[in-house]
Amino acid sequence: MKEEFNIISNLIEENTRVLDVGCGNGDLMKFLQENKTKDIRGLEISKEKVQNCLSKGLTVIEGNAESDLKQFPKSSFDYVILSQTLQAFLNPELVINELLKVGKKVIVTIPNFGYWRVRLQLLFKGTMPVTENLPHEWYNTPNLHMCTIKDFYNFCSIKKIKIFKSIALKKSRISEINKSNLNYKNLDSHLGIFLIEN
Amino acid sequence: MNKNIDTKKIIISNPLKLDCGKEINNFPIAYETYGELNSEKSNAILVFHALTGDQYVSGKNPITNKDGWWSYVVGENKPIDTNKFFVICANVIGGCMGSYGPSTIIESTGKQIGTDFPIITINDMVNAQYELIKYLEIEKLFAVVGGSMGGMQVLQFVANFPDKAKLAIPIACTSSHSAQNIAFNELGRQAIMADSKWENGFYSNYKLNPDKGLAVARMAAHITYLSEKGLQEKFGRKLQDRDSLRYGFEADFQIESYLRYQGSVFVDRFDANSYLYITRAMDYFDLSKQYKGNLSDAFKETKTKFFVISFTSDWLYPTSENREIVIALNSIGADVGFVEIESDKGHDSFLLDVPSFLKTLGDYINSTYKVINERRI
Repeated sequence: MKEEFNIISNLIEENTRVLDVGCGNGDLMKFLQENKTKDIRGLEISKEKVQNCLSKGLTVIEGNAESDLKQFPKSSFDYVILSQTLQAFLNPELVINELLKVGKKVIVTIPNFGYWRVRLQLLFKGTMPVTENLPHEWYNTPNLHMCTIKDFYNFCSIKKIKIFKSIALKKSRISEINKSNLNYKNLDSHLGIFLIEN
Repeated sequence: MNKNIDTKKIIISNPLKLDCGKEINNFPIAYETYGELNSEKSNAILVFHALTGDQYVSGKNPITNKDGWWSYVVGENKPIDTNKFFVICANVIGGCMGSYGPSTIIESTGKQIGTDFPIITINDMVNAQYELIKYLEIEKLFAVVGGSMGGMQVLQFVANFPDKAKLAIPIACTSSHSAQNIAFNELGRQAIMADSKWENGFYSNYKLNPDKGLAVARMAAHITYLSEKGLQEKFGRKLQDRDSLRYGFEADFQIESYLRYQGSVFVDRFDANSYLYITRAMDYFDLSKQYKGNLSDAFKETKTKFFVISFTSDWLYPTSENREIVIALNSIGADVGFVEIESDKGHDSFLLDVPSFLKTLGDYINSTYKVINERRI
């Protein structure tokens, strides 16, 4: 978690305007507030989590990214962050499009379904993978659209979305993803972090 | 009802031009304060009351001898902690707890103003209360807070005085009164005016009071403050002090008895004409219309932080209407937080013991106060 926060924080310039979509209990918001910028908002669907954030004095709105991102004007944030949430949406493509409208730049992190530990579980055990990063069983997972680092990379190129930076994370090891190492990073990383722009 | 109450009062000598076109001056504003203003004058919170509220937010209300109307929220060690904050609340103009209203006595005639009182609006109420803030020499409030009609005043206050509050918390309210709400208010007014003792609003000249009409108005309104689920759970079809139906029109059911009681205690503390004037002010409230149909423009000039709160079972000021305020603020990039609190207690939730509401509100106010103070240092 901490590594992911650090990477995201390093992608963000100081004193910019940030929106954290699916901000949960506000841990990342708090981290960025202390390290990068005071001007940060959150959007979260769970009432309980929204109340937790507000209790910490964080500016958070209860709402659903799929329907409520529309209310923000175009390019109203320097960065919009979607941390490990993309896979939980009914329509991830729509959400990405909305994010790219609202934010000048978008940071998306995805739990990598192509990670070898995940692949092995399906291959050898023959059951849906349950890992540290993907702790749910198939019958109670909020994740509707799992994807791999490669899937997201390809998605961006098909949709003509510019990738400024793509970073792979394995445990606490950080490396860059590029076209030539894509297959390897897709196998060897548990998390992908992308800085994209329309 | 101006029963020689020993209220804190100031006389506003500056003329106030009302929306109806008339001008008033030398008029009283009754108010109450709680806690101490700090030396930097940075801890003041102005609370706006709702339709039938008054300046007695916390502690014992000296008129009714009951707890102040927002005792769950304001007081020592409460979400708005008076050990820390200086809380101000004024009776709105048009009200009947000492501020200028239809029951104010005209000195020259010794009679109440009655329906010669001018029509007032939420805007007028807020402008009058701003005079109080000037009188108290508070340059900038830490927060303006209020529920229902109090929330409307919060919105109007920030629109009128964009740099006079750091934080605004409108709760369970709307930026423009809906047809349904106007309809319920009209029902209440018609009940009062249909009472033969109303005498076109000059009942006090005849030592009369339209008690029956006012009680019916209160009963009807009270239903709108609750939720169907809440009513069903609390009362169901339970009978009042009897084992079987009486085959008559007495209060067989507990809910009937409850509403009758609510009506009867209300007439002892509230003036019928004030009820007419204040409900009218609510009906006339349409902040976006004041800004040519664009609600966002009402807040364009402000850096005030907003926190909007609604309740799941509030059908009088539903979440959708509160959300419109959030949307308008978001569309201009204002600093706004929003949550809908889960509660079965209907519109009245903001006045009642709803723990997640009280906790979220208190924590938010305290942590925001801390952040704002730290930033200043």
